[in-house]
Amino acid sequence: MIALSDYLILAAFLFALSIAGIFINRKNLIILLMCVELMLLAVNINFIAFSHFLGDTAGQVFVFFILTVAAAEAAIGLAILMVLFRNRRTINVADLDTLKG
Amino acid sequence: MTFEKFLFYVFAAMLLFAATMVITRRNPVHSALFLVLAFFSSAGIWLLAEAEFLAIVLVLVYVGAVMVLFLFVVMMLDIDVATMRAGFMRALPVGLLIVAVMVVEMYMVVGPGTFGLDMVAAPTPAAADYNNTAALGSVLYTVYMYPFEIAAVILLVAIIAAIGLTMRKRPETKFQNQSEQVKIKKGPDRMRVIKMPSEQKMEIKR
Repeated sequence: MIALSDYLILAAFLFALSIAGIFINRKNLIILLMCVELMLLAVNINFIAFSHFLGDTAGQVFVFFILTVAAAEAAIGLAILMVLFRNRRTINVADLDTLKG
Repeated sequence: MTFEKFLFYVFAAMLLFAATMVITRRNPVHSALFLVLAFFSSAGIWLLAEAEFLAIVLVLVYVGAVMVLFLFVVMMLDIDVATMRAGFMRALPVGLLIVAVMVVEMYMVVGPGTFGLDMVAAPTPAAADYNNTAALGSVLYTVYMYPFEIAAVILLVAIIAAIGLTMRKRPETKFQNQSEQVKIKKGPDRMRVIKMPSEQKMEIKR
């Protein structure tokens, strides 16, 4: 039988991999957005696993809402990326320092 | 090892392999395609956890819509991959260290000691006539009605924001103004008669 800890460890691996992706690809804004999607996927796996093992559909409803918000986030993020590229001709995070952050 | 567990390990291995490829590929198009593979294999894992509706939604919404959007943007932008990759090898040890530390920490928290089969018993499989979509819908449209409507508004805001951000009027674009076309009247608007001398007769030589 698959234990709850199997799902949780898998999600932990996925989350850690996406964090590492943010660290090693910190120049490329598109890969950063993809890593955020992977993180949300890891969180969703946790929600589904707990929903399955506790016999409560609330977890699946929350996954539904997370999917909605993630889709909206991806759409707006990519739109901002397009505008950024149109104005600055780059999506390198190091070049986007107008605010001197 | 049961067949279920074998399937779980196959899907998990595919998912982790795809995630590794997403973060290490040089070409962003390859990254996006491996992200599609990651979503597909996690949909398989969700099917094993009896979340059938969400597994299909993941494939339809993510692979069908979001990843197409990603691929569209990646292919439309002209990215200089070489400068993007600068510092990749230098950051790699830090990334690996963070993966190791986080996995060890999380293993200690959510490992078999706390959430193993002895602690949380495996649930009995759902009956053959159990309908996951109906079960989800029956709570989504009653208990979670208000959050559901807010989610709809969020999607509407996302549509308007994405279109509003990317739409622009370029001066060199030619377009038709339909209201001006309809408003036109017979007479000076539509036709102009020009006086000009008639053509002279030409001799055709054979």
